[in-house]
Amino acid sequence: MNPVNYLYLAALLFTIGATGVLVRRNAIVVFMCIELMLNACNLSLIAFSRMHGNLDGQIIAFFTMVVAAAEVVVGLAIIVSLFRTRHSASVDDARLMKL
Amino acid sequence: MSASAVHGLWTDLAAPADGSIAKIPAPTIEYAQLSPVMIVIGAAVLGILVEAFVPRRARYHAQLFVSAVALAAGFAAVVALAVGGHATTRAGIAAEGAIAVDGPALFLQGVILLVGLVALFTFAERRLDPAAHGNRVDSFAAQAASVPGSDSEKAAVKAGFTTTEVFPLLLFAVGGMMVFPAANDLLTLFIALEVFSLPLYLLCALARRKRLLSQEAAVKYFLLGAFASAFTLFGIALLYGYAGSVSYGRIAQVVEGTVGEVSPALAGTMGNDVLLLLGAALVTMGLLFKVGAVPFHMWTPDVYQGAPTPVTGFMASATKVAAFGALLRLLYVVLPGLRWDWRPVMWGVAAVTMVIGAIVAITQTDIKRLLAYSSIAHAGFILAGVIAAKPEGISSVLFYLAAYSFVTVGAFAVVTLVRDAGGEATHLSKWAGLGRRSPLVAAVFAVFLLAFAGIPLTSGFAGKFAVFKAAAEGGAAPLVVVGVLSSAVAAFFYIRVIVLMFFSEPKPDGPTVAVASPLTTVAIAVGAAVTVVLGVAPQYFLDLASQAGTFVR
Repeated sequence: MNPVNYLYLAALLFTIGATGVLVRRNAIVVFMCIELMLNACNLSLIAFSRMHGNLDGQIIAFFTMVVAAAEVVVGLAIIVSLFRTRHSASVDDARLMKL
Repeated sequence: MSASAVHGLWTDLAAPADGSIAKIPAPTIEYAQLSPVMIVIGAAVLGILVEAFVPRRARYHAQLFVSAVALAAGFAAVVALAVGGHATTRAGIAAEGAIAVDGPALFLQGVILLVGLVALFTFAERRLDPAAHGNRVDSFAAQAASVPGSDSEKAAVKAGFTTTEVFPLLLFAVGGMMVFPAANDLLTLFIALEVFSLPLYLLCALARRKRLLSQEAAVKYFLLGAFASAFTLFGIALLYGYAGSVSYGRIAQVVEGTVGEVSPALAGTMGNDVLLLLGAALVTMGLLFKVGAVPFHMWTPDVYQGAPTPVTGFMASATKVAAFGALLRLLYVVLPGLRWDWRPVMWGVAAVTMVIGAIVAITQTDIKRLLAYSSIAHAGFILAGVIAAKPEGISSVLFYLAAYSFVTVGAFAVVTLVRDAGGEATHLSKWAGLGRRSPLVAAVFAVFLLAFAGIPLTSGFAGKFAVFKAAAEGGAAPLVVVGVLSSAVAAFFYIRVIVLMFFSEPKPDGPTVAVASPLTTVAIAVGAAVTVVLGVAPQYFLDLASQAGTFVR
């Protein structure tokens, strides 16, 4: 199968993720959408890696997975502490600071 | 896009018939050239071990000692490398092409280390807050996991817990920031971005007072930062797809069309400008988010206001240095062949950043938000130097970053001193008459504000002059006009704060200026000294910056 199709799929997943970040209200779901964007990046990296016939893209994909895992640790810690304080993980409720 | 090249890869690498495994050449790592980064990251790991094994009582002093020694040793290593000629004649690329050791990298690493050291002193300050249950407390939560106002928080405060993890987190952030402007391939760029961002997200959430604001700031910073880094990563993927490599030098060759041997797959992708333009735009966007340029600035005021003030000072100064270093390297090393495309965009971004930063700052009533918008305006001024696209542009940006970072870290250190019963008194109305009550602190803060405004005899003037001169010579004269006009607008609100401090009556219930330990005093003194020295006698440092102003490729 032509690897370019995987690029289209990656772009589609990335767009879905980005749209989700913009429209969803729950911080956890927003965060999951960001993870979806990272995975779309992984897919495109691997598709490019196959097109070019070198391993750089696959190696970056491994690093991205580690970064995503580290981001989950930090992000969930912050979101859970916010939730325990306010009993809500809605990003719309976090508005103590405004212009 | 031929499939045969791909399958050749695995057939070549397959084990030979006799069962022996093909030898992989060991990578060569230039440990001496990487020593500044390795000292700092090593000390951060050591800090984690201190956290695990040293008794709670001794942790604060142990962590402070490890961090201070590491930052000082890292700076000594940077100076040793620079004296050894690695900034000029022996500049090169280390670690199998991952990290560049050259003038801009060493200069910015030195600045980041010194700013990190000054910020460390403000992190370690324990005399500003009144002692709780006989224990001296710093600006960080007793126990970050406890819910604000709950019994567990009270128990943690009573037991005298402190979050000494902030010291290793600071070191990790400094380590990532040192790699960021030195990264010589896109993978290292991305990893360094995350290594310095993740500790900053955590540090933002750790304030002792106003914890709701702090947690809110951390969530906003985290979600927007992760969103921006996802875009950066997609840009990296597209640039990799375009050039078939993540190495800066290789991508630059492909962009310029000077690449020697073109594989069939590369011939297919390097003609595809969509990959190049979109990839370059997305990576640049991620970096502009980190420097806080309009339209990617929305996180800046909230995060600066909510984060603990020592963290804000560190973040505002060191992040900007690191991110502008990376942006310079990206635009000057990877994408010089594309400058007719990125320069017009950067023109627009710089102009809008200067104008919006300066105008919105006028309406602010909180000193930390005011400084946040001022940092946005300054990002615009620095971008004007970036646009020059000539050697003077690089050296003027280096100088501006050095000057600006010390002013910022000093100004936020002063903000930590002005306190009332609720902690720091950041509302501007409370600063009225501060000059009558505490003339020295107000005078030092006035010096910082004058430096932000770019008044002569302060470092801000020398920096702004260098940047605008480079921009004008680089053909961006209209941008310089916009810059000077928005400087004038910005000067209005800096002067307004000075007038408020010195020429209005102090309120009876106004804040007091806390008596700081030598740590914060040193931090403020260093900030003020650098501000004045760089303003009165900038020539030596301008020469240093121009010597350091050549990227290696």
